[in-house]
Amino acid sequence: MLYIYMLGYDVDFGHMEAVSLISAPKYPEKQVGYIVTSCLLNENHDFLRLAINTVRNDIIGRNETFQCLALTMVGNIGGREFAESLAPDVQKLLLSSSCRPLVRKKAALCLLRLFRKNPDVVNVDGWADRMAQLLDERDLGVLTSSMSLLVALVSNNHEAYWSCLPKCVKTLERLARNQDIPQEYTYYGIPSPWLQVKTMRALQYFPTIEDPYTRRTLFEVLQRILMGTDVVKNVNKNNASHAVLFEALALVMHLDAEKEMMSQCVALLGKFIAVREPNIRYLGLENMTRMLMVTDVQEIIKRHQAQIITSLKDPDISIRRRALDLLYGMCDVTNAKDIVEELLQYLSSADFTMREELSLKAAILAEKFAPDLSWYVDVILQLIDKAGDFISDDIWFRVVQFVTNNDDLQPYAAAKVKEYLEKPAVHETMVKVSAYILGEYSHLLARRPGCSPKEIFAILHEKLPTVSTTTIPILLSAYAKILMHTQPPDQELQSQIWAIFNKYESCIDAEIQQRAVEYFALCQKGAALMDILAEMPKFPERKSSLIKRAEYSEADTAEQSAIKLRAQQQPSNALVVTDQPPANGATSPVPVGPLSLVMVPSMITTEDHTSTDQALSQQNGSLTKVDPQHPSADLLGDLLGPLAIEGPPGATVQSEHNAVSGLEGGPDAVDGSAIVPVEEQRNTVQPIGNIAERFHALCLKDSGVLYEDPYIQIGIKAEWRAHHGRLVLFLGNKNTAPLVSVQALMLPPAHLKMELSLVPDTIPPRAQVQCPLEVVNLRPSRDVAVLDFSYKFGTNMVNVKLRLPAVLNKFLQPIPVPGEEFFPQWRSLSGPPLKLQEVVRGVRPMPLPEMANLLNSFRLMICPGLDPNPNNLVASTTFYSESTHAMLCLIRIETDPADRTQLRMTLASGDPTLTFELKEFIKEQLITIPTAPPQSPAPAPPPAAQATPQIPPNDPAALLAGLLS
Amino acid sequence: MIHFVLLISRQGKVRLTKWYSTYSKKERSKVLRELSGVILTRGPRLCNFVEWRGLKVVYKRYASLYFCMCIDPDGNELEILEIIHHYVEVLDRYFGSVCELDLIYNFHKAYYILDEILISGELQESSKRTVVRSVAAQDSLVEAAKEQTGSTISNIIAHAAK
Repeated sequence: MLYIYMLGYDVDFGHMEAVSLISAPKYPEKQVGYIVTSCLLNENHDFLRLAINTVRNDIIGRNETFQCLALTMVGNIGGREFAESLAPDVQKLLLSSSCRPLVRKKAALCLLRLFRKNPDVVNVDGWADRMAQLLDERDLGVLTSSMSLLVALVSNNHEAYWSCLPKCVKTLERLARNQDIPQEYTYYGIPSPWLQVKTMRALQYFPTIEDPYTRRTLFEVLQRILMGTDVVKNVNKNNASHAVLFEALALVMHLDAEKEMMSQCVALLGKFIAVREPNIRYLGLENMTRMLMVTDVQEIIKRHQAQIITSLKDPDISIRRRALDLLYGMCDVTNAKDIVEELLQYLSSADFTMREELSLKAAILAEKFAPDLSWYVDVILQLIDKAGDFISDDIWFRVVQFVTNNDDLQPYAAAKVKEYLEKPAVHETMVKVSAYILGEYSHLLARRPGCSPKEIFAILHEKLPTVSTTTIPILLSAYAKILMHTQPPDQELQSQIWAIFNKYESCIDAEIQQRAVEYFALCQKGAALMDILAEMPKFPERKSSLIKRAEYSEADTAEQSAIKLRAQQQPSNALVVTDQPPANGATSPVPVGPLSLVMVPSMITTEDHTSTDQALSQQNGSLTKVDPQHPSADLLGDLLGPLAIEGPPGATVQSEHNAVSGLEGGPDAVDGSAIVPVEEQRNTVQPIGNIAERFHALCLKDSGVLYEDPYIQIGIKAEWRAHHGRLVLFLGNKNTAPLVSVQALMLPPAHLKMELSLVPDTIPPRAQVQCPLEVVNLRPSRDVAVLDFSYKFGTNMVNVKLRLPAVLNKFLQPIPVPGEEFFPQWRSLSGPPLKLQEVVRGVRPMPLPEMANLLNSFRLMICPGLDPNPNNLVASTTFYSESTHAMLCLIRIETDPADRTQLRMTLASGDPTLTFELKEFIKEQLITIPTAPPQSPAPAPPPAAQATPQIPPNDPAALLAGLLS
Repeated sequence: MIHFVLLISRQGKVRLTKWYSTYSKKERSKVLRELSGVILTRGPRLCNFVEWRGLKVVYKRYASLYFCMCIDPDGNELEILEIIHHYVEVLDRYFGSVCELDLIYNFHKAYYILDEILISGELQESSKRTVVRSVAAQDSLVEAAKEQTGSTISNIIAHAAK
């Protein structure tokens, strides 16, 4: 039957037989049953439920071979239900000393599967210790399996398994020194490479290694691996030893080893990317990309740039992709020019699957690290020329934005696009950019030879027959503008252009038709044309849509992470490049206009929906003036505006138009809300995002952005162990100029002991500094520590007070308490002050599961099933502080299904202050809404953020009051 | 972790599949189609790794058979490559210079061996001898059971004959 299945036929009819074979008493039948089931069914299949019981009998039975079969099957296809019913039996098997290694190693992996399906199965007291015992195992088969299990456990929760760390190092040492390894476990002379790899993988999940002895031993071993691996003839031996080597490299990176060892690693990688063996080359490139995340090796990596560029031309696409990724990652201001030029050159020879990615990356890099803007324009134009099909609209919109915002650039860009247009074959995207730029700025070139309006028009018009309907409107606008700039008016040109407008007045495409009609009408107005078709005003600054796109693009995940990394490091670099005071609205009659032209292509898609009723309205005969409330009117709102003022019904139309522009202002404001408009930036530096929201988010997770404004980004990463905490502040300068007079002052509350390491006075351009901060919790309290942070950028002095997410719940450690322990504890803590009860009113109404989730996210572990009433929640946790040590806290919340806004909360712990503080803390969380309500979408910063800078710096009490918004 | 193991012949015929992550029937056939397209078209002397839908596929060609394993993007590729080789060596030792036909006619054996090497997408046993020993033990069990049935039947026949 399996054979039939493999040939691709449907074998549903046999599933039942297969499952029933499992319960057969004879070995061969059972074996076939198991194997067929595990191949044909997946974990969600209904028939599997039927088998659970039989499988369980096999597992707890005495027959070893049956045990093996059952474990294998569960290990391969076991699902959640299996996890719930079988986990304890499997654990018993794994630990029992009477079992043969054969069974135990299967049990280990089976448990791993169950753990993946349901992480609660190993939440048993003392499991960590037993795990540590398992690592003492002599049999390497069992050890390999246990190590796999450990890797999964540790990746989920490393804190519980500290005790395993030294054992891992010991195992690794034993393997690396080849001590006491049976012959059959060596693979081409290497002692079990798989186990080595797994052990190192497990070690990577522990944040640091504190014990100096263990650390030293580990580094010795790593050193040995790094130095002792050479390329050998035998492929398999080579592979195996390099597998170990690469894992060692990853571990070294993770451990933040000394500089010397790092540069040794980079040197090794440099050697790898030059070897002939493609696998090693591939991995060398990949690991180098990973290495970029380590702070100070970039310089060393740059030395290998030439070699990496050669890899870009490798015959293997996997390797090319890696090389591209690496180049993208290592690019910065110093080498951007070389890299981008290299990418451009490569673009013409690259294969189609890579071009889109390549052009997107080149565009982003060009934008991010452009040494000067004319270079940027050059690059993008070349890009469009070479790979026009792969250039998304975003890219050319961006060029247009840059050109519009920089006066010096305009003549240059205009001349440049004209050059491109003169080529025989031009890509349509190029026509779009050129039409736009020439329409706007060709008059700046008028004095040069061959650039008279007429000639420009001729060049553009030549392209008209070749382009699609999306480009024609842009061309039409360009014509209208050229005509406007021709002073004194050239009769011949005018008649030519009018003829074109006339021709398109009956075009089937609504957008083209509308434009033609309108421009024609406008042209006849004469002088008014001047105002209406004035130069586009500056674009408001915004985050590059490319970077946004890169964040969402469906690149494969490795790339995606690289892009994200970049985006996080320098989120709004592009903004800096055009840091000029805008001449907003000076030349434009309606300030909302600038978007209209650039948005054309995207508007057209919406046009499809409205085209029918538009055609209707035009049949009604109002050809010269389209009703301003018509959906498409806002497209050309800026053009219609003044026209309406001139029209006879004056006041009414104007007000109507204002309504339209107001409407249009809406989406614009939303667009801009992510960043602060430039005008406001001049007054005071405004934070990006809501500080209060960021704080609340950080209360629930351990890393994220604490604060961000146009100049600096403060990220935070925290680790908590018992009553100790270690936070690292990442201060990132987003600019090309250094930030000076940087000061960070801790204002700790009385219950926290905090030590902030030295913060440098200056942060160099585009650099990130890390400042570790040690926190010790002395006693329970809800007070919050405050970081007083200030810096100077140019003439701006910025001072912010930031709450640090070193809050009460960070010192909690969820712990499940079974019923038989819970109730005696609960009873032994009787009455105040150890046990407090309060009826809380005004609770934010939420369904019970949501509340349970909320509590869980505060590290209060919900223990289901302890309270018979389903409307009640019972939770438990341990609190750590220096005065209380580890203290068990028990919580019971009784809700009223009829009235969700009130509940009764009972708390018990061995310490009166703790009980009180924790009660107040939970109350705060339940009453207030921790994720602040959505603020108005307007660009005005939220009230909390605004209030912060005004608080007098030396008054912690007032400060806290202000912060607790 | 290994998400699935595939054995594909050079003509694109599937010889063995084993899924450690949950894939529905439809997804399974889609994966097979896509991957055989990707892998079979790659030329010789390229590296053994292919990036595919955010995962990595490590493959190796032995004679006319492609052995593919799909892993997480942060997995150790060379390690997997050696697991493949380890599997092939065990097959080789068991069948005595294995060929594609061995796997076609004894596909169930190939599954048993794979089960002895991998469980839930992790390496279980890295010693060839242990694997071969336990597979042989299973075989002898099957043989014993067969003989028993055989002898019971012959007994019955004998009884009937009397």
